[in-house]
Amino acid sequence: MNKKITFPHIGNYYIPISYLISKTTRKEVIIPPPITKKTINLGSKYSPDYVCVPFKYNLGNFIESLELGANTIFQAGGGCRYGYYAELQEQILKDLGYNFEFVNFIKNNHVSLSNIYKYIKKVNPKINIITYSYYLLNTFLMIIIMDKLGKYPRENMGFEIQKNSFINIEKNFLNNLKDHINPFKLIKIYFKYKKQFKKCPINKPKDHLKIGIVGELYSIMEPYTSANIERKLASRGIEVKRFTTFTYLLLIKQFNIKRLLRKGRKYLKYHLGADATESVVLTQELAKKGYDGIVHLKSFGCTPEISAMPIMSEVSKDYHIPIIYFSFDSNDSEVAVETRIEAFYDMIVAQKQQTQNNK
Amino acid sequence: MKKKIKIGIPRALLYYRHHILWKNFFEKLNCQVILSPDTNKDIIQLGKKYSIDESCLSSKVYMGHIAYLIDKCDYILVPRISDYGKDEKVCIKFSGLYDIVKNTFPHISLLNYNIEESHHHKESFAFLKMGLKLSKNPFKVIYAYYYAHHKEKKYQQELMQSQTNNMKNNKLKILIIAHPYNIYDKYIGYPITNFLKENNIDIIYADRLDKKIAIEYSQELSPTLYWTYSKEIIGAINYYQQAVDGIIFLTSFPCGPDSLVNELLIRKIKNIPITNILIDESTAEAGLQTRLESFIDIIEGRKKNNE
Repeated sequence: MNKKITFPHIGNYYIPISYLISKTTRKEVIIPPPITKKTINLGSKYSPDYVCVPFKYNLGNFIESLELGANTIFQAGGGCRYGYYAELQEQILKDLGYNFEFVNFIKNNHVSLSNIYKYIKKVNPKINIITYSYYLLNTFLMIIIMDKLGKYPRENMGFEIQKNSFINIEKNFLNNLKDHINPFKLIKIYFKYKKQFKKCPINKPKDHLKIGIVGELYSIMEPYTSANIERKLASRGIEVKRFTTFTYLLLIKQFNIKRLLRKGRKYLKYHLGADATESVVLTQELAKKGYDGIVHLKSFGCTPEISAMPIMSEVSKDYHIPIIYFSFDSNDSEVAVETRIEAFYDMIVAQKQQTQNNK
Repeated sequence: MKKKIKIGIPRALLYYRHHILWKNFFEKLNCQVILSPDTNKDIIQLGKKYSIDESCLSSKVYMGHIAYLIDKCDYILVPRISDYGKDEKVCIKFSGLYDIVKNTFPHISLLNYNIEESHHHKESFAFLKMGLKLSKNPFKVIYAYYYAHHKEKKYQQELMQSQTNNMKNNKLKILIIAHPYNIYDKYIGYPITNFLKENNIDIIYADRLDKKIAIEYSQELSPTLYWTYSKEIIGAINYYQQAVDGIIFLTSFPCGPDSLVNELLIRKIKNIPITNILIDESTAEAGLQTRLESFIDIIEGRKKNNE
């Protein structure tokens, strides 16, 4: 049987993930079609009702890829409920009558690189630990570069003079990543696009609005779930800051928890689990730095973020920083999100003017 | 005479798992234990007031009990549990419980212990640390812990024994798969158990099974499951498979682990009638009884057919 591999979508990270899979296994990779209304409808049709939304999106991705001819599914993701997705998704797809192999890289609730190597060795006996590490290095470099370059447009997109200038550069950059690459080329790409981004003409006033985005990882990183809230905020002339990226989750997070708990000891004694500690402490940090508002994103029923919310509202009271909470489910309308953002925007503008008048 | 320290224990969540341990431990340390009453409408209202809409019913009940206990005792016990080892996690709600309570009610004093065995915070040390706040003598605390631990073990063995004795009669038997804090709760589980008892049905409780056996059996059903509390209850399915006539899954809305585990089990178990009951704060008892009645009819008919 010729293997055709597929995996779930998350933001633009399908580029490094598909690179890693295709280079190491030397098999065909089927990237699931971009997430649309159809994906989530398919996913939520076959999922339990009150499971969190990422499950439904992943399932929708899988079904769409299986229809395209994929026969091997990769699933990996740790923390809270993500770690248990794989088993149920496999069962649901089997009950639907698809014929496929399900490969689960989660071990002890974490993605295990050695497990991935063992599996790849079985599929592609030619690979050895050195080539595997080389491709892994490239993948991580790609992720780091994507996250580093993602930061500048987020902060400046709202102030661009020529419309869509940032989006066009970003498109070129992502296309460039899909070419044949090596570490030197990647670093070259990084500096090239960094320069291009910096050259983009912007008109940034001194006292512009600043907003931080915190919350659950999937809602933050997958723009379709949150009705592209990041871009919507940015297009109103707001500097958007967010911390949760792949780089953070994979490389930094495990060393960062203790530091965060120390910083947030006024509110937290223990790690709340998943991304909830970040939500609380970063809200506090951003409030101290003088940000004008916080946007909190999560999927419906997300347990750790629900734990974080009462604590965040305490932070909001103490530091007088407005927080807007979004909870996404399978059938949200984009208009509702837009209306709420509009109202929030008006509020923080009014608040900013008031504080300036008081000065 | 020195006044006894009053310790409030909310009758929710982990109370149903550890109440013997807690009660004996604090009483050995010369403390007075104050229990909140069975869950009632007022407590549910209090709980709704003090928690986020989306949090699960069980945690709303918990907040209600805490709110009830304020001003009635010196300390309120709120444990924090993260995991019992590498592959033995618990629902993430328990990791945040202490901080949620602390931030929702800033002016109350809490007593707490932390179990996180993957970082070497074991139960015995956690109790020693907590006990030293109440008594200056560490040996007394250690003795109290082991005494209470022993009592808890004995109590569980009695429960298990009574369940095995029950298995011998010829009545209809229904296995209820639910977390102890749901099934024994006066508001969530009691209407169901009461109704079944009235209809002369034997209830098999999933948690009245030796935990080690349960965990072993659960591996057959779901090899990647890592929530300890879920493992302990689903193991009963395989263990009692031959003996029971039907299975009821009882869940509080929107429980995180159960949303996945129950769906998987319902898809996997084929030869026993199953019903899945989801309870939130507006569940009507009449609707529930209709569902249970029809379920009982089904299993009765099935049993007659088999005979």
